[in-house]
Amino acid sequence: MTTAATVRKTVLNETMSKAGGKMVDFHGWELPIQFEGILKEHAAVRNSAGIFDVSHMGQVFVTGPDSFKLLQKTNANDLRKATVGKGVYSHLLNENGGLVDDIIAFCLALNRYLVIVNATTSTKDFNWLSAKAAKMNVTVENKSDAYSMVAVQGPNVPKMMEIFAPEAVKLPRFGIVEKKLFGADCFISRTGYTGEDGFEITAPHAVIINIWNKMMELGKPYNIVPCGLGARDTLRLESGYLLYGQDVDDDHTTYESNYGWVVAMDKGDFTAKDILLKQKAEGLRRKLTGLTLTAGGVPRPGCKVFKGGKELGQLASATYSPTLKKGIGVGYMSDPNLKPGEPLEVEIHGKRVPATAAKVPFHKGTAFTFKL
Amino acid sequence: MPKQEEVKYTKTHEWILAQGQEATVGLSDHAQHEMGDIVFVELPKSAQKVEKEKPCAVVESVKSAFDIYAPVSGQISALNEEVTKDPALINQSPMDKAWLFKIQLSDTDQIKDLMDWTAYQEFIKQAAH
Repeated sequence: MTTAATVRKTVLNETMSKAGGKMVDFHGWELPIQFEGILKEHAAVRNSAGIFDVSHMGQVFVTGPDSFKLLQKTNANDLRKATVGKGVYSHLLNENGGLVDDIIAFCLALNRYLVIVNATTSTKDFNWLSAKAAKMNVTVENKSDAYSMVAVQGPNVPKMMEIFAPEAVKLPRFGIVEKKLFGADCFISRTGYTGEDGFEITAPHAVIINIWNKMMELGKPYNIVPCGLGARDTLRLESGYLLYGQDVDDDHTTYESNYGWVVAMDKGDFTAKDILLKQKAEGLRRKLTGLTLTAGGVPRPGCKVFKGGKELGQLASATYSPTLKKGIGVGYMSDPNLKPGEPLEVEIHGKRVPATAAKVPFHKGTAFTFKL
Repeated sequence: MPKQEEVKYTKTHEWILAQGQEATVGLSDHAQHEMGDIVFVELPKSAQKVEKEKPCAVVESVKSAFDIYAPVSGQISALNEEVTKDPALINQSPMDKAWLFKIQLSDTDQIKDLMDWTAYQEFIKQAAH
């Protein structure tokens, strides 16, 4: 249990509370679980526009002549994809092929990278990268305490940003641009955790309230609503995005998490490459697999999953899907060859509820169909 | 539609209104508000025997599951299938359209032990601290 004294507040804390945010302790951060309601917030992001305070996320800067070398060595994905002004989603691997974290590494300029990391892992990531950088000509800085961050998400978000930040609207998916907002140096990237088009704005604390208010004003014609962690979770799970600490951790590999596309085997050497190669050759013993309920009920993390009476594993993440209007979940199953449509059962409140294995993502929003 | 002041309440946030030998049970407005968007309801079985303070139904919101306890002992005499079809009714109309079930009472005196509106308000205030 985190005691009240150690709960951290984002700069937007008071803004959230005043907007009706129902504040909860989320891994040591006080953040809103919801405002008016999860379903309303979820629908706003899927259909128009929503805004999230994601200031708990971390920022690690990697600079210097060996910055590419350090990131290429420690990541599963190929950092060559992160050309100047672009980012790449990747897994930071430990020596066993498990995940130190899942991150986005943006190349801001030659030899200058911004790595967006998870809140709970920012210190761990910084220590990990620093240790790996020991014999390299590179500087690793954890600036997580200096930045706030908002995510503005939804199909109408580019329209509302057209005049305020035209250069952002021209960005490709995973593109990033540095821009002065309210006099401060900020970063706008075309990224998010909802499956919809939109932007994440990383900014020094001093201007984040101004940015939030500006987004609310620009989004007014599109009925933008503030959104909480509840909607963030239903949106990301429908989109098949991993939640570090729940779906992946130090003990699960990229292949096991069914994110094999992240592993760039052809890029040269990187941490745990041999282990991942071996795992690929030998086959998996468990794999993160999606399922949807075919009867009523709401699956939750920890629910056991069965196939023909045999227990296959339990759900890591699960919820009611507001878009599909049924229960969805992902969990590590001991049968890695389950095909979408195969009948399963989920134990909910002691009863077996019918389900079928399902394709992930469960729903593809505008981030998946993105075209400039 | 019963007024909030006319019904009795349990510590597990059900409301109950007795009319003769039969009582109607629902979820309190306070509870539905705390739970958020309700997306699934599993009612007791028709004619099921229920026991005071034992769970007999489940209501689920996007974020959490919530057991419904029988406020009194008896036998289920009616079920509101409308809430099964449209669980959001509980958020919209917890005291009226979204009653959950009716119980044929085995002991009408059990109702007397439950909280009235004033006591329930006090109970909610205490629980918040």
